[in-house]
Amino acid sequence: MNPEPRYLHSGDTALVVEFGEQIDARVSGLVLALAQRVADAAIAGVVELVPTFRSLMVHYDPVRLGHADLKGRLAPLVLGLQAAELAGRRWRIPACYDESLGLDLADVAGRIGVSPNEVIEQHSAATLHVYMMGFLPGLPYLGGLPPEFGLPRRENPRIKVPAGSIAVAMAMTVIYPLESPGGWHILARTPVPLWDMRRDPPALFAAGDKIVFEPVSLAEYEALLARAAAGDLDLAPEVQPTREPGA
Amino acid sequence: MTAALRVLAPGLMTTLQDLGRTGYQHLGVPVSGALDHVSLRAANLLVGNPAGLGALEIAYQGPTLRVEADSVRIAVAGGRAPVDILPMDNGGNGRRIATLESMYLERGETIRIGALTGSSVAYLAVEGGFAIAPVLGSQSTLTRGAIGGFEGRALKAGDLIPLRRDAAPEREEVMLPSLDLPSPARIRVVLGPQGDHFTQGGIRTLLESAYTVSQASDRMGMRLTGPPLEHSSKGSNIVSDGIAPGSIQVPGNGLPIILLADRQTTGGYPKIATVISADIPALGRMTPGSKVAFEAVGVEAAEAAARELAVMLAAMSGEIVPLRRQPSIDLARLLAENLVSGMVDARE
Repeated sequence: MNPEPRYLHSGDTALVVEFGEQIDARVSGLVLALAQRVADAAIAGVVELVPTFRSLMVHYDPVRLGHADLKGRLAPLVLGLQAAELAGRRWRIPACYDESLGLDLADVAGRIGVSPNEVIEQHSAATLHVYMMGFLPGLPYLGGLPPEFGLPRRENPRIKVPAGSIAVAMAMTVIYPLESPGGWHILARTPVPLWDMRRDPPALFAAGDKIVFEPVSLAEYEALLARAAAGDLDLAPEVQPTREPGA
Repeated sequence: MTAALRVLAPGLMTTLQDLGRTGYQHLGVPVSGALDHVSLRAANLLVGNPAGLGALEIAYQGPTLRVEADSVRIAVAGGRAPVDILPMDNGGNGRRIATLESMYLERGETIRIGALTGSSVAYLAVEGGFAIAPVLGSQSTLTRGAIGGFEGRALKAGDLIPLRRDAAPEREEVMLPSLDLPSPARIRVVLGPQGDHFTQGGIRTLLESAYTVSQASDRMGMRLTGPPLEHSSKGSNIVSDGIAPGSIQVPGNGLPIILLADRQTTGGYPKIATVISADIPALGRMTPGSKVAFEAVGVEAAEAAARELAVMLAAMSGEIVPLRRQPSIDLARLLAENLVSGMVDARE
């Protein structure tokens, strides 16, 4: 039995259909399944859909579609949802944890109560799962870290986080594709461009992909960064291992 | 030769903007678009364009642009600003034109827009529009992601902004006698979606205090200073969810940030309330140092306000009338602009 979603107003142009308040693979599946159903229903006045960890934001035009009518159209669509099965690609992403780039590595190690090297080991050992894209073009939200990484965000967000920064909060990881403001704890930086208009789609990742970070030295990072700047760092996902019969 | 406007001086932050880039938020692409879409529409309608075509959004201090086309028709709407047309080679004294009027300019003439008053933004539209290919369906500039607009950035001196038309057709100029750009004493909000992350006192503080627009504001968000808002025991972190235009997020320091055109698509700070769509253009016009206060309304009232604004926008093109120059006003303008010596020179 699926939980009954909550409907929350974000002003008069967006309605949130919320399935939970936590990061949970099953909740995420329900959100993605509903997004598919609402897209298929092609409701006049719905402008676009943004699935997140735990809710679907339905952006709409209040002049064409009132909130009461929108809720009426959504109610039958949430019945009997099946959590979507996510079949994603696997990526190995170089990450430099040097303290000149991992600005908050020492601080995070102190908060967790382990050494910086142990933070690097734990962070790069996990297979992370792309729950959703958001906040900035091409930015993935990655789940799958041990609960020790369940730190709150910084109280004062940074005005400028460098592009490529890999940061954690609440047992999640994000990678900032562009320089932007940000409130997460920065552990490392990747030279891989996450958003490139020469690609179609420009975003490297998509919801459902799996990512493992591969620690690289500062020298390797700089070499890879130079290749990226020259447009010569085309990362491909790993070939999906095919399951052997009977295995 | 390609018809273009040559940027002689870029102004403080001049970007190409239309009504925004919808349909890509699920990849994390912000919508962007005009901070004040009411003024954008007015500028476009004055030059006979579709209301939502890309136009130059001018922030605080306008650009100086030279016409490198056979001719062009322009209009400026939004903040009031001195708009001077300088003749070719800067000979003579030029003439000052008003905002909310269309104007025909010839090759070599220069348009110089000064400091804005009454709004942080104004829009300069050209008849036929700019020859800038849409990116992901929009001409809007997202400088943070270098997406869209002119090379994904604000204009710089020396830029050549291409025009769709080599020449503007000769016809009667027009004006919009007035454009209602209200500055409401209280910005209307719908409470939520994360009202439960705030104490009753925190919500009361939002609705009973005056906030000041911070210098650190930009097209992404308007940062406010004033009494901090108290979070409830649920705290100042949420599992990231969607962000609507006008969402008021409150990070751990308790100071609200209202998310504007270049807002991120999702975020992890709780949102205490959302500014209603009809009041977002007024927010976009506010300058740092302005006072802002809030009033809670229901979604029904917000929808009624949205319909009211839609009616006003639909009526705008019908309010455009032929330009009638009134000699007494022209004289006043001449005196105000201290062009008397020029007149004396002409008699010699």
